[in-house]
Amino acid sequence: MPLAICTLLTLRKARPIYLAIAFITVLFATRNGTAQDTPLISGGVGFFTQTTGGNTSYQPIIEPLLAAPIGHRVLIESRALLLESFNPKGNGQPGYDHSHFAGFTYLQGDYIASSHLTVVGGSFLIPFNTYNDRLSPIWIGNFQDGPLIAGIGTLSSGSGLGGKFSGSAVSHQKYSISYDGWFSARSGNMQFNSKRSVGGRGSLYLPDSRLEIGFSYDRLLQGARENFFGGHAWWEPKDTAFRLRSEFARGRHAQGYWVEADYRTESFGGLNSWIGRFEPVFRIQQTFRRDSFGSDSVPSVNTQRADFGLDYNLPHNTRILTSYARQFSAAGNTNIWETGIVYRFLFPTWKGKS
Amino acid sequence: MNTRLSLAIITLVLILVPVCTALYAESQVESQGAAQNGKKQAMAGQAQQESEGERVFKQNCSRCHTAPEGFSSNISGTIARHMRVRASLSKHQEQELLRFLNP
Repeated sequence: MPLAICTLLTLRKARPIYLAIAFITVLFATRNGTAQDTPLISGGVGFFTQTTGGNTSYQPIIEPLLAAPIGHRVLIESRALLLESFNPKGNGQPGYDHSHFAGFTYLQGDYIASSHLTVVGGSFLIPFNTYNDRLSPIWIGNFQDGPLIAGIGTLSSGSGLGGKFSGSAVSHQKYSISYDGWFSARSGNMQFNSKRSVGGRGSLYLPDSRLEIGFSYDRLLQGARENFFGGHAWWEPKDTAFRLRSEFARGRHAQGYWVEADYRTESFGGLNSWIGRFEPVFRIQQTFRRDSFGSDSVPSVNTQRADFGLDYNLPHNTRILTSYARQFSAAGNTNIWETGIVYRFLFPTWKGKS
Repeated sequence: MNTRLSLAIITLVLILVPVCTALYAESQVESQGAAQNGKKQAMAGQAQQESEGERVFKQNCSRCHTAPEGFSSNISGTIARHMRVRASLSKHQEQELLRFLNP
């Protein structure tokens, strides 16, 4: 896979100036495409607040995404994260401390080899279960924060640096089977941090019942050489706006699951009526610590949590997210209140050909 | 802890029961409506059927996210290509999706 190796070698020596030059080159390379293939910039901009145990933190956040097709088979895509966190100083001190973060979430080149195979090279989101590569963008998630088990199987950074192949193995009217397989090299690069690892995911989708089930596995090939297992099940009944999603993940040190349900009613003037724009959301999750050697972001003691959310889908791609969560654990029970607003943007990088 | 777990399960049931009831009620309304409008639907024929592009969108894209409201036709091909990679679509499905996004 020459594309993957080439991209990998490039990224390992990455400097911001090189990345900027590469970005501009990609944009100019795409100018020979058709009128509908103009590179796009999408993403979300949001402002989140979280109150935990009486302490409120604030977080403005921007998550831009670039997608630029080259020819008929290549797509360059990337997502970045820029955020500022304002947290109370604590210890009785007044005022807030703040910290910021800016970095790439992923930067990959996709080569569509055939209807059943896409080869990916570069820094990619690790396809373990569904949250990391499908639900983590701020304009998609129903809650501000991810599930407690999001750190299991995603190897700290959530990204791998190397090659991935994915596609649809079988696609019939009654069912389809898709797969992902990947290998990641070890990288200490600040922007593209990753661990030496290998893994894969397979999922079965039944279009008639709108049911998807899948299994994930990955193995850390450095240090403790841990194995991670995961499973997911999604059900979205046809012609309704009800969605049920769930995941289970197990690692050497911890395991857990989450189940999330959300619903929008069409009974009162459709989804775009003022009532139809309400979206009640519920999530329950449990984590179990198997030993005290935590190499993940799972809580250090067994934890149970219930999230009750009410989102409102405003016109013009704007969404208000609110939720209350009660978390139970031996370390103490806490209330978590979250409020936020997210605007999703999507526009071409230039006007393009008419 | 068991009491809390029981409370959580009861809460889950209390939420899921009305949701399932609402889903059932909606399906009943749809089926009644379908029966009443049977002749009209039969006459409408293929015109009222869900296009393949719309089906591709519902089965793949909207499983994760809602459709963005209003975007330039200049990027519809890029969106379809992005979804082809993300959702492992075939070339044919990509073309149908493009037709749906940019009729």
